[in-house]
Amino acid sequence: MKTLVWVEHDGKTVKDATLAVVTAAAQLGEVHLLVAGQGVDAVAAEAAKIAGVGKVHVADDAAFAHALAENVAPLVVELMGHHDAFLAPATTHGKNIAPRVAALLDVMQISDILSVESEDTFTRPIYAGNAIATVQSKDAKKVITVRGTAFEKAATEGGSGAIEKVASTGGANADGGLSVFKGQEIAKSERPELTSAKIIVSGGRALGSSEQFHALIDPLADKLGAGVGASRAAVDAGYAPNDYQVGQTGKIVAPEVYVAVGISGAIQHLAGMKDSKTIIAINKDEDAPIFQVADLGLVGDLFKILPELTEKL
Amino acid sequence: MKVLVPVKRVLDYNVKPRVKADGTGVDLANVKMSMNPFDEIAVEEAIRLKDKGVTEIVVVSIGEQKSQETLRTALAMGADRAILIVSEEKVEPLGVAKLLKAIVDEEKPDLVILGKQAIDDDNNQTGQMLAGLLGVGQATFASKVDLTATNVTVTREVDGGSETEELSLPAVITVDLRLNEPRYASLPNIMKAKSKPMANKTPADYGVDVTPRLTTLKVVEPPKRSGGVKVADVDELVAKLKAMGVAK
Repeated sequence: MKTLVWVEHDGKTVKDATLAVVTAAAQLGEVHLLVAGQGVDAVAAEAAKIAGVGKVHVADDAAFAHALAENVAPLVVELMGHHDAFLAPATTHGKNIAPRVAALLDVMQISDILSVESEDTFTRPIYAGNAIATVQSKDAKKVITVRGTAFEKAATEGGSGAIEKVASTGGANADGGLSVFKGQEIAKSERPELTSAKIIVSGGRALGSSEQFHALIDPLADKLGAGVGASRAAVDAGYAPNDYQVGQTGKIVAPEVYVAVGISGAIQHLAGMKDSKTIIAINKDEDAPIFQVADLGLVGDLFKILPELTEKL
Repeated sequence: MKVLVPVKRVLDYNVKPRVKADGTGVDLANVKMSMNPFDEIAVEEAIRLKDKGVTEIVVVSIGEQKSQETLRTALAMGADRAILIVSEEKVEPLGVAKLLKAIVDEEKPDLVILGKQAIDDDNNQTGQMLAGLLGVGQATFASKVDLTATNVTVTREVDGGSETEELSLPAVITVDLRLNEPRYASLPNIMKAKSKPMANKTPADYGVDVTPRLTTLKVVEPPKRSGGVKVADVDELVAKLKAMGVAK
């Protein structure tokens, strides 16, 4: 099987999520990458070095600068003439593009896979991760999004993929004109990115305010070199920005250590973090559901515990 | 201006799903079902757009006969009429997208607003597939929608922050959690909704083949986490963290 992996990048470097997709793709067969963007020579060179990569297709055009699904999907469909499977990370951009590709190819997409059982059989979570389904695809071509935390990341060195320009994407055709990118607001953070952080400290509604969230969670995270996450309640209450949200509708994380502070542990939150290696819960309610999944629990007032913990670490 | 809002009947989000012992799926007998939470947000947004030039809101649901309850809820919130496509067999996102395309071809809405994902199969596909089939612009994970007579500007939630895109109409939008706070239907509106029109259809009426492309071989419970321990105080927690190598 020949697979085509959509490389997520920021115009400068390959995003980590792509590396896990390469590992999944390698389990299906020969791995080819697609780097689409504007001025992406550096990204393509980096992508070519990823271990196990056979070929890197490069589509360099202003139309691909912001990964708009309307422009990227037809490009992928064209390349799928020579590939049997298309894989993308189950990130917001991957989820935006892949189903459009699937519809244009008239195939069902398999979302957020956890494992590759065979060329046509995969496992994926349903019902907020409360059930794992094994699904078999009857489609001739497979379109798949991959859960980044479920696969090891491919090595960023050791590969020698051949870089090849995609011939037919130049000119006015690439931009279908269906949508126009107007701008972005990217939250600036010195901390590790949530989905690839080894340690995450996450705060819930019990923090009480944005000020207390940052005054208590941030120093502990800094001490541990951790990423900062939040429950939906904390985000809804405005204590933390939207993209901090961990859960079924936010980010899915699986760090080495997940510290849940003042988070009760609703189904929807657990969906985003219960594959963490070690879960530590700090909560004043000893019956909170979070303690059912926590490896280490401490019952008590977070306003006393957190400063003491930060101090003693 | 006409808006189409597809809604789905799903297991209520507060219910903990139970996997059937025979591994064929999740037990949906005698459990509370309700409108997919993201679809409520989509319906709410359509209603709010009524002061921006939206004159008619058509809601559609595809599924078992009981999905009419979900459509009545949407009508009680403020939608104008409903289309129910009855299929006792589960229809996959690709089939749903094809049925929705057929409805769009017939109804010619200016905008289709969907939830970003259904909380049962967690696919996050239907809106994107529909936009692809229609060949129109898509704005997924919307947290802000600005509608004019000819186009729509959408702020989207993406990893790391937000992006803004402008689409010309017709277009497809899928909504994220924080777009709005859906209203509750009042009792008088629930009564009124009973007399709003609801068309009953089948996939065959639209000539759409909804044969599933994926076969579910089995459904199992996720691996259980082994029970943890509670520590007495911060000192013990710090000691454990140090033993794990998390802290120095």
